[in-house]
Amino acid sequence: MAFDKMELKDIEVWDGNFAAAQALRQCQIDVVAAYPITPSTPIVEGYAKFLSDNYIEGEFVMVESEHAAMSGCIGAAAAGGRVATATSSQGFALMVETLYQASGMRLPIVLNVVNRALASPLNVNGDHSDMYLGRDSGWIQIDAYCPQDAYDLNFIAFKVSEDHDIRLPAMVHQDGFMTSHTAQGVHTLSDDVAYNFVGNYKPMNDMLDFEHPVTHGVQTEEDWHFEHKARQHNDLMTKVLPKIQEAFDDFEKLSGRKYNIVEEYDTKDADVCVVCLGSSVETAREVALEMRAKGIKAGVVGIRVIRPFPFEQVRDALKDIKSIAALDRSSPNGAAGMLFNEIAGALFNTDTKALLSGYVYGLGGRDLTKAHLVDLFKELQANVDAGKVTTPLQQFIGVRGPKLSYL
Amino acid sequence: MAKKGWDEFEIGAMLRSFDGKIDDIAGTRQEDRDYSENSSYTASVADWRLIKPVFNKDYCIDCQFCWVYCPDVSIISRDKKMIGIDMDHCKGCGICVEVCPTNPKSLLMFPEQEEEEAAIASWPAKNEEK
Repeated sequence: MAFDKMELKDIEVWDGNFAAAQALRQCQIDVVAAYPITPSTPIVEGYAKFLSDNYIEGEFVMVESEHAAMSGCIGAAAAGGRVATATSSQGFALMVETLYQASGMRLPIVLNVVNRALASPLNVNGDHSDMYLGRDSGWIQIDAYCPQDAYDLNFIAFKVSEDHDIRLPAMVHQDGFMTSHTAQGVHTLSDDVAYNFVGNYKPMNDMLDFEHPVTHGVQTEEDWHFEHKARQHNDLMTKVLPKIQEAFDDFEKLSGRKYNIVEEYDTKDADVCVVCLGSSVETAREVALEMRAKGIKAGVVGIRVIRPFPFEQVRDALKDIKSIAALDRSSPNGAAGMLFNEIAGALFNTDTKALLSGYVYGLGGRDLTKAHLVDLFKELQANVDAGKVTTPLQQFIGVRGPKLSYL
Repeated sequence: MAKKGWDEFEIGAMLRSFDGKIDDIAGTRQEDRDYSENSSYTASVADWRLIKPVFNKDYCIDCQFCWVYCPDVSIISRDKKMIGIDMDHCKGCGICVEVCPTNPKSLLMFPEQEEEEAAIASWPAKNEEK
């Protein structure tokens, strides 16, 4: 190999961004087309540094916008390369048009999304508005809760995304600043072990195969469009989660670190349960343990795979819970929150007697404190005791002024 | 194209120009290539055109400018001799006329419905001022 390998300690002190950049280096990405944006900038900056220091054999393409960044990735992926980039917030929003192109063209691009609020008002801090914006785009969406996850889940993303049965692009999400800029101990894989897990890129219908010329990104009207979209949805609904589970199993054998499509903490005997995403899962986990010491049987469910949404696993995790809170870190702007809706959809038509209430929190990087979660668990316990939801179905947590609630 | 179901075609918004492996395609003339049914080679898009180029071989010097510049590979040239226009794929953009260097031009745009004989008969004379 023409590039140098890097000696890593077993545990390195990395933030989420650097962990993701190291994963991109170890996967030996052929092309990164990027337009850096806070807080994801250090990911593509890291790739560029590794490239210029001869740790990668690849190409960094500087472009004029995020729309062009994803377009460059699409071109490189269609040509037959292993491709990745990173973005956040406004950049993600500008990328949206091309996200649908990438998934419809079945190109296995990995996009690291460092979650950040969407303007207006302009805000650089973490919430899940951009992540939620991408949820109908036909991508696989995997969520990291900490820098270790951000490192590991990149390997999972490439392995699943590039599989010839899947061929769908994947986003690896992490929380802006809370995860991306908070350094923690990250257990590493050696370069060879990491690369062998992901494997050599296996091209499919690549444009550089001159003996089999193909036209990518064709037009279809009412005669074929529906069939293509049906095929894509079918593969998301039926093929992706088993493949992710397989990759999680293989990764556990390799690293000892176990990931689940739905992460369950103390749910087996729980009366009350919080369902959330991102770094909030770890906060909720800590508070749930404290609530248990106070006699409230609290559990936490973290959604690891947001798209395709794991209906079966969510149903299994929550079926015996008495009162559930769905925590959405994105303003639903005129509806119930995404998690509230998906959980309701998963549990409706089942025998569950679970009570479900929704909470909107943390917009623009507002902290979700332990005190918030203590109050929340107490509300859930009050629901259990009363046998009905005692609060409005949608409440805002941590916003100043008169209490805000709907439904 | 056969009416295939959603699970019966290759994934991706992707079409193959040829069904199997190809060899020396650059050295094979279009009419001798075994294009797949998905290739636009056999599809006519002539109805996109409002005005059409007419070729007058009396003035052509076979410089190949039109062949080089045509954005739709619709100039048919064999052994470096201009022999005509692929009217199934020409969109009538007029670039071939713009780049034609002869005096008078060997290619001129005419209304789509104009007969070729009438177009040739109305060809302008050499412009002596040039």
